[in-house]
Amino acid sequence: MFNSSLKGLSAQLADRKISSVELTREFLKRVGELNPVLNAFVTVDPEASLDQARIADAMISSGRAGPLTGIPVAQKDIFCAKGWLTTCGSKMLSNFVSPYDAHVIERFNAAGAVNLGKTNMDEFAMGSSNETSFFGPVKNPWDIKAVPGGSSGGSAAAVAARMAPAATGTDTGGSIRQPAALCGISGIKPTYGLVSRYGMIAFASSLDQGGPMAKSAEDLAILLNAMAGFDKRDSTSLERQPEDYARDLEQPLAGLRIGIPKEYFAEGLSADVEKAVQAAISEYEKLGATIVEVSLPNTRLSIPVYYVLAPAEASSNLSRYDGVRYGYRSANYRDLTEMYENSRAEGFGAEVKRRIMVGTYVLSHGYYDAYYMQAQKLRRLIARDFAESFEKCDVIMGPTSPSTAFDLGEKGDDPVQMYLSDIYTIAVNLAGLPGMSIPVGFGDNGRPVGLQIIGNYFSEAKMLNVAHQYQKATDWHGRMPNI
Amino acid sequence: MSISLSDVKRIASLSRIAVSDAEAEATRAQLSGIFSLIEEMQAVDTGGIAPMSHAQEIVLRLRSDTVTETDQHEAFQRGAPQVEAALYLVPKVIE
Repeated sequence: MFNSSLKGLSAQLADRKISSVELTREFLKRVGELNPVLNAFVTVDPEASLDQARIADAMISSGRAGPLTGIPVAQKDIFCAKGWLTTCGSKMLSNFVSPYDAHVIERFNAAGAVNLGKTNMDEFAMGSSNETSFFGPVKNPWDIKAVPGGSSGGSAAAVAARMAPAATGTDTGGSIRQPAALCGISGIKPTYGLVSRYGMIAFASSLDQGGPMAKSAEDLAILLNAMAGFDKRDSTSLERQPEDYARDLEQPLAGLRIGIPKEYFAEGLSADVEKAVQAAISEYEKLGATIVEVSLPNTRLSIPVYYVLAPAEASSNLSRYDGVRYGYRSANYRDLTEMYENSRAEGFGAEVKRRIMVGTYVLSHGYYDAYYMQAQKLRRLIARDFAESFEKCDVIMGPTSPSTAFDLGEKGDDPVQMYLSDIYTIAVNLAGLPGMSIPVGFGDNGRPVGLQIIGNYFSEAKMLNVAHQYQKATDWHGRMPNI
Repeated sequence: MSISLSDVKRIASLSRIAVSDAEAEATRAQLSGIFSLIEEMQAVDTGGIAPMSHAQEIVLRLRSDTVTETDQHEAFQRGAPQVEAALYLVPKVIE
């Protein structure tokens, strides 16, 4: 049951082989057993989950069930859920009970899904290892000495360890794809604007995008059908006809043109990751795809560009945490300015403070043109590289991350070392393109390797088709860690 | 690129984040590393390139000027550090 697909679970619920209450209890039990080791969940509320399961069982009984009705889904603790503690991995929000639901949560509720609990994450989604969480790091279920990746590390570990059938994540610079890769699961960051940001705690608003994390591409399609859609409360939500992201899953891949960017196989890529990714590409050739060399010459620049734009947006977004309307307030202050400064000094962790300061600096008088404007111009060049590549291919493939999961504490105190690990994912966010990661094997240390699939705007159905056909021909996505 | 301790203190002040002298020194080293990374951008000639602020060409939607929200101040203020008579309390600003 723990390794069952969403379709499999839904069929068992429809056939009354199990009720949603029973299913939810089973997963809550597994969370209770494994969470002391993995720290993937920061909040569980069994009564709230079981209340939703009862509603789902009533929906199933009355013939109103959809594909997600009764299915427990773990929610990244960045999504506001009414009545649930919503912390964003921060001391600043460690007591924040959300008074409203995010659009994504509303969608899951309407679909009859069960909120299984809130998953751990890097503080305010700023990190690539989950080590910046106020609630302590998540452990990688494949090797508890290793990080799960970040920032959606709790969601990735929860799905990898089969503590949840599926989970949500958000991706600003790789935060769905990189932890999916490091934990051996599948995850997709949709085209910017497809999933509403309403109620999704803001980090860098022009880059943030929510998306699903699950065991397979087929499951992702079902989840994305629920998550995507226009929402007028997000000014960047795109008004498009709803589509069925599962519609093309069974299309054959004959004639598919796969672009391989030479910059993604250059210096810095671990040999074992390269080997697994090349093997996956060979498998695609067997499935009828052809390989085209493409070039993304500004890949290396995507890191400095991102570390100007994301902190700039974050410094503005996080100015709302002032200790006045909600969140943490310091006990020590003599006047209003000190109250702000001490509340923020005590409420934010080191990485969040660094990024706020970087953002404040690049936006400050006299530096704006040299940093922020230059970064925005380079952002256009990066987007152009992709547009030119997509004239020659249907999807782009390469590694998701330059190495398998690194050890907890390995990247130490040097933030720049951590930033460099996002080299293959960041440019996708800058361009606003959809990107996904699927498991394609293991490195020399037995830790999972992810293949990144990048599509053109709004090509999610095609990307899920490409991933699903590979998963029908291989079994990497069905492997479970021995935990 | 290296930044000075007084730069760190100025940025921290603009960011409304208190830093002690010991923290400022550690922060100086880390921010200098980050700014060295960012500095790589300056090598590229971007003359004639229009800045890109957003992934999609979005036109802001307009709505009619009518009240759509209900008063939920009690629910929203429940999480506030200090509230009295539906007002947020902060240290006195005006003598």
